[in-house]
Amino acid sequence: MPAKPLFSIRDLDVEYHTRGGDVRAVESVSFDIRRGEILGLVGESACGKSTMGKALMRLHRKPARITNGQLLFDGRDLMTLTEDEMRFVRGGEIGMVFQDPMTSLNPVQKIIEHLTETIHAHEPNTTNEEAHRRAGELAEKLGIRSERLNEYPHQMSGGMRQRVMISLALALRAKLVIADEPTTSLDVIVEANFLDLLRELRHEFDLTILLITHNIGVVAEICDRVAVMYAAHLVEIGDVRKIFTNPKHPYTRGLLRSVPNIDLDDKDLYKMEGAPPSLLDPPSGCRFHPRCPDRMKICSRKNPVLQKVGSDSQVACWLYSKEGKA
Amino acid sequence: MSPLAIIFTIIGIPSLVLLIYILIRGSTGLRRYILTRIGLTLPMVFILGSLVFFIMHILPGDPVSSALGPKGTPEMVERIRENLGLNKPLIAQYGDFLKNMITLDFGNSLVGGHRPIIDEMSERFPATLELVIPASILALFIGVIGGTYAAARRKTARDYSLRLYSVIIYSLPIFWFGLMLQLLFGVVLKWLPISGRIDPVIGTSLEHVTNLYFIDALISGNWSALASVIIHLVLPTFTLGLILSGVFVRMTRINVIETLQADYIAAARARGIREHIVVYRHALKNAMIPVITLIGLQVAILLAGAVLTETIFSWPGMGSYLVLRISSRDYTAVQSVITMFALLVAVISLAVDIIYSLLDPRVRY
Repeated sequence: MPAKPLFSIRDLDVEYHTRGGDVRAVESVSFDIRRGEILGLVGESACGKSTMGKALMRLHRKPARITNGQLLFDGRDLMTLTEDEMRFVRGGEIGMVFQDPMTSLNPVQKIIEHLTETIHAHEPNTTNEEAHRRAGELAEKLGIRSERLNEYPHQMSGGMRQRVMISLALALRAKLVIADEPTTSLDVIVEANFLDLLRELRHEFDLTILLITHNIGVVAEICDRVAVMYAAHLVEIGDVRKIFTNPKHPYTRGLLRSVPNIDLDDKDLYKMEGAPPSLLDPPSGCRFHPRCPDRMKICSRKNPVLQKVGSDSQVACWLYSKEGKA
Repeated sequence: MSPLAIIFTIIGIPSLVLLIYILIRGSTGLRRYILTRIGLTLPMVFILGSLVFFIMHILPGDPVSSALGPKGTPEMVERIRENLGLNKPLIAQYGDFLKNMITLDFGNSLVGGHRPIIDEMSERFPATLELVIPASILALFIGVIGGTYAAARRKTARDYSLRLYSVIIYSLPIFWFGLMLQLLFGVVLKWLPISGRIDPVIGTSLEHVTNLYFIDALISGNWSALASVIIHLVLPTFTLGLILSGVFVRMTRINVIETLQADYIAAARARGIREHIVVYRHALKNAMIPVITLIGLQVAILLAGAVLTETIFSWPGMGSYLVLRISSRDYTAVQSVITMFALLVAVISLAVDIIYSLLDPRVRY
């Protein structure tokens, strides 16, 4: 039996209050993030993955709110913490790396100020010299030369800024880093360097990483396990190799087949039928059933829950359930 | 030392030291930018002064006929014109005007006792400063506090009331607003004086050093004069300051709202930075950059407002002087006042641009 997970998410619901009605961007999502792993969270745009990433740190802002669920991080339920206690978790125990490093740094603040400010926010008694020294050391480990720390964000390249974002997430030795599309705005060469860096850091800092992305290639490259989201539901989770070689959920299958591959004989790339549903008025039963090639009668009536298949995977699909086959 | 010289020394010397410091410490780009801006300021003031000169001379009527009225005989008119130098060719008069501008002498008034304009200015320029400075502070204060407050409570009743306030106050004609305040607080409630800078009786006891009565009363410890100066300041300051505050409320509000939604604000929260530091250090500083620029643009509007405010409140400043002298076609007086205004606008917008480039590291020239 593996060790206790670092972060257990249980029955998480996140709703957006909109004029058209309440929208559930995340519905009854439960999964574990294991210590030391890189877990990929994939899904199409607007499937709720970014919302969930923010909600895990309770960083969601109005009109979003968590209506249900437990966030068991390292033995505590984050939902029960006060806003001030939560402040120490953010940046202290869980760091976040955002999608766009161009806009995620304060344009009128030097890089060094970002770092020392973060250290001071968590450790008010640290002297300025100490904070500067630690910031310098950390930057060096991330391949940022110390003289660049006195620059402003606009003087740095995208890859460099993303390194700065990571150094900020690691300033207090966070155990978990949530990276929300960290490579989307980088070009392929910089992206490859960045992924190498993540891999190195993971060992050096004993990191656990939740990598939110829509890029299947990035997941294949770096993740240990992968979780697939579709229309606010978690539909499949498991070992990357197993899922990539033998995807269970029809949506995962479609997703993997629609990735361009140079070895592919087929000139026509697979294109999934239909479009993701509106979360304002989601389909009944399994949310994927209107687009599913394997749909059965039960699929439109009842929503399948996540259940174990094989040794280390879970899938939410009637194809793998006795009830569905009946 | 004349009051004008004292004021310019007090304001000028520290600004000059600061400017030199910035020029020495700043990057080459910044230095070039500032020097270019200073270089451009002088021709701008020159062109403006020249425009005023020609417009004044194109206008029908002249100082002599407006002073003598229809009674003047042609001989009288001719004699006075000769005395004032108005019989010279226009181009020669323009030469005299330029000479006066360059030597900052401004010449003598063409009407009344032909006082040197510089003497007139040393009484009236401080009066305008004493009105304009507190009015701008008031406008900025209401603008920044109100705008930030409204932004933080976006889409609530308080936000809507503040937005309504800023639209209404911005659209009010300043002279009407001033008259209404006079009527309410001066005539009906009798709380505040409605004209002048100081009670005339108390005024005789005041020692005139800078002609900024507030400062003069303060340094001579004349508390009754200070109290009188303050109550005389209230209505004109609020008239001008409130009118100007509308646009600052709106600008601050929209900029704070925009920056609060910026990614770096979310990122700062995700690092566990305290909320008040996020709002005041990260959001407000970024939001203030465009507002600072706006201050530079508002100076001209501020001075135009000062002309009207001074007229309503019989405030003996540059604005009311300008209005007085336009009607008597006192060419030298009008040209001098407008040149001073132009210089003021140019210097302040230069200062704002320098502050802007110091605040925002992305600005490089």
